[in-house]
Amino acid sequence: MNEMYLKFLSRSENEVFARNVVAAFALPLSPTLSELSDVKTAVSEAVTNCIVHGYRGTEGWIELTCRTEDGVLHIEIADSGRGIADIGRALTPFYTSLPEEERSGMGFTIMQTFMSDFSVASEAGKGTTVRMSKKMGARAAEDAR
Amino acid sequence: MRAQAQRQADSLYIYLTGELDEHSVAQARAETDALIDGAAGLSRAVFNLAGVKFMDSTGIGFLIGRYKRLKRYGMEMYLESPNAAADKILELGGLYSLMPKL
Repeated sequence: MNEMYLKFLSRSENEVFARNVVAAFALPLSPTLSELSDVKTAVSEAVTNCIVHGYRGTEGWIELTCRTEDGVLHIEIADSGRGIADIGRALTPFYTSLPEEERSGMGFTIMQTFMSDFSVASEAGKGTTVRMSKKMGARAAEDAR
Repeated sequence: MRAQAQRQADSLYIYLTGELDEHSVAQARAETDALIDGAAGLSRAVFNLAGVKFMDSTGIGFLIGRYKRLKRYGMEMYLESPNAAADKILELGGLYSLMPKL
């Protein structure tokens, strides 16, 4: 079991920072390249949501917690921003609350598809927390065979 | 994220290199649109993604935005050489039905 906690400002330059930190933290689980890239993409989506939707034009803290246990990487990404009024609608593929900004509306769909477990909790005016996890180390499992 | 172009017959080849996310997309958009605007009259644009080391759903929005711009010029759009990670996202976003992969 290993755990880490990171708190950073909702600036877009921190997207690359956050996804690379999580990838580095997951390395001891011997992930495949494809598992690593799935995790980096999912983290990038969650952090982008905090910046673009949670804090929309204002600056706030994003909290990232990662835990590894029994070969599984657990990730929690939380903001204290405006929250999501209608989670069901937000999870709909291609739905975006900001259609004028060339946004794809695929962020949550990618998180759900690329990770094995996914959940989102949100309260209007309080913030949003995304939790997701993924079993890593398909390569190690294959090598051991 | 950098965008560079090369003309070949009636095609505009756009080579994207770097990481495409919310942070880099504004610059990518400005550079790519300048290349497209300078190539009006050609019949198609081919986006070469071999140099794109990372892309999230921001890339889907970016490519659909360029597709719409090209359409105004009557130009078709194609994609080539995405890495495995980008390919997965493009497939999931259904982009190849709008901009076929060569």
